[in-house]
Amino acid sequence: MEYIVLLFSEIYKILYVLIPVLVSVAMIVWLDRRIWAFVQKRRGPNVVGPFGLFQTLADALKYIFKEIIIPASSNKIIFILAPIVTMTLALIAWAVIPFSEDYVLADINVGILYIFAISSLGVYGIIMGGWASNSKYPFLGSVRSAAQMVSYEVSIGVIIINVLLCVGSLNLSDIVLAQEKIWFVIPLFPMFVIFFISSLAETNRPPFDLPEAEAELVAGYQTEYSGMMYAMFWLGEYANILLMCALGSILFLGGWLAPMDIPLFDIVPPPAWLILKILFLFVLFALIKAIVPRYRYDQLMKLGWKVFLPFSLIWVVLTSGYLLYFDLLPVY
Amino acid sequence: MLAHAIFFYFFSFVAIISAIMVTASKNTVHSVFFLILDFISISCLFIMIGAEFLGMIMLIVYVGAVAVLFLFVVMMLNVALQKNQWFKSSETSTHIPVGLIVSLIIFFELIIVIGGWKYKPDIIKNFSDSLISNSTNTHTIGSVLYTEYVHLFQISGMILLVAMIGAIVLTFRKREGVKRQNYFSQISREKNQGVELVEVKSNEGVKIDV
Repeated sequence: MEYIVLLFSEIYKILYVLIPVLVSVAMIVWLDRRIWAFVQKRRGPNVVGPFGLFQTLADALKYIFKEIIIPASSNKIIFILAPIVTMTLALIAWAVIPFSEDYVLADINVGILYIFAISSLGVYGIIMGGWASNSKYPFLGSVRSAAQMVSYEVSIGVIIINVLLCVGSLNLSDIVLAQEKIWFVIPLFPMFVIFFISSLAETNRPPFDLPEAEAELVAGYQTEYSGMMYAMFWLGEYANILLMCALGSILFLGGWLAPMDIPLFDIVPPPAWLILKILFLFVLFALIKAIVPRYRYDQLMKLGWKVFLPFSLIWVVLTSGYLLYFDLLPVY
Repeated sequence: MLAHAIFFYFFSFVAIISAIMVTASKNTVHSVFFLILDFISISCLFIMIGAEFLGMIMLIVYVGAVAVLFLFVVMMLNVALQKNQWFKSSETSTHIPVGLIVSLIIFFELIIVIGGWKYKPDIIKNFSDSLISNSTNTHTIGSVLYTEYVHLFQISGMILLVAMIGAIVLTFRKREGVKRQNYFSQISREKNQGVELVEVKSNEGVKIDV
């Protein structure tokens, strides 16, 4: 009996995080298309519901009722597994995101490493999908994507080290609480910029959407997918984008903390601040999608390995030297 | 404790089954996927005994980086199409004694390590004395690794660096006729270097020297 009660309370807690995430993924797809349209002086989706808010639900219904086509020469088990892996990995990382001081599903010691590990697993959904389709375009797209994600993960890891040096803990709540005096975006501004660009590359967003460059690769690793399986890839992608925005706002923009410590800001509940920061970063993501042209592949690799990695490594030396000299290293 | 036991047996069952499937499955790409499953369940076991740092590092390094490279190599070499004929063809069966010798050596090494704990129990005791018990294991690993074993740690880093440079040197080749982008010359190019206005007379044309 005791176990059953525990099980249901855990399931309730999980749904309490998962359902808002899924709903906001649907809303964010709409917002993305809308911003994209406004930049290009179009209307965007504005028919279904008020301001077209229910467009994504309509799309999802369409995907559900479409036939799932599994290519005859594909590796069927892995082909079906790939979108499931992408979707699952994009959602389980939300377990450690702290929405406020006591609103967090799992407050684990190594929260940032957990997110890093899960996002490094994300490449498997793409490789599996590309390989199992047994077709040229998906395979080329997945190879490109895997190389890109592995390269930019390295620089994201080094940037995280920068933040961790200032915090002295791997716990995400500790990282937020360490920014009570000053958000890390101010002392570590160059790292924030590099983190933002790397997270664009990590989530295969434009200008780094080489894996699904329409002109060359049709739709990359998603070419052979249809119906609900395509929708799962798509949802997983947007859940990943939201996760990177959440990670950026936790590492650099002070998570659930208000911008200043004045009583007026206390009216807004802490999770709302986090959501506002995530939205801010997402609007930047969407604007960049509309404005910047796609990179060439060699430029992308050059940027990752020859610019971002050395720069963030040097910044690690600078940060640790500064902290050591002024005796600011946090000791736990 | 019951839930703990259920999870432990589940993860160890998956780990053992997938380890067997790595060698048993006929498709090479499938065996890499089973290897990944094995890594993941072992890192879950690490987390269950409270070594969450090791579990996460296992995920990041082995699953996130090493297994991706395995997968790449296996997919590129197209070994997936080979049928499993280890015992039939004469070429491949010569590899079996080598593999047996290596696995026997690893097996005896494991026995020596575990037997060492049996014969000298104070080895583990010395370890746990030097650890601070009320801190997280990330902190504990760091405080041992960067003080007592700092030289070994640095040497292993140097070995990895040498291996990395060696791999780069082996695969690096200079090719002729490759056009590389030079950002500096590209940006510093002016209008008068690139464009020229030429008066063209009717019916005569113009000669352009390249």
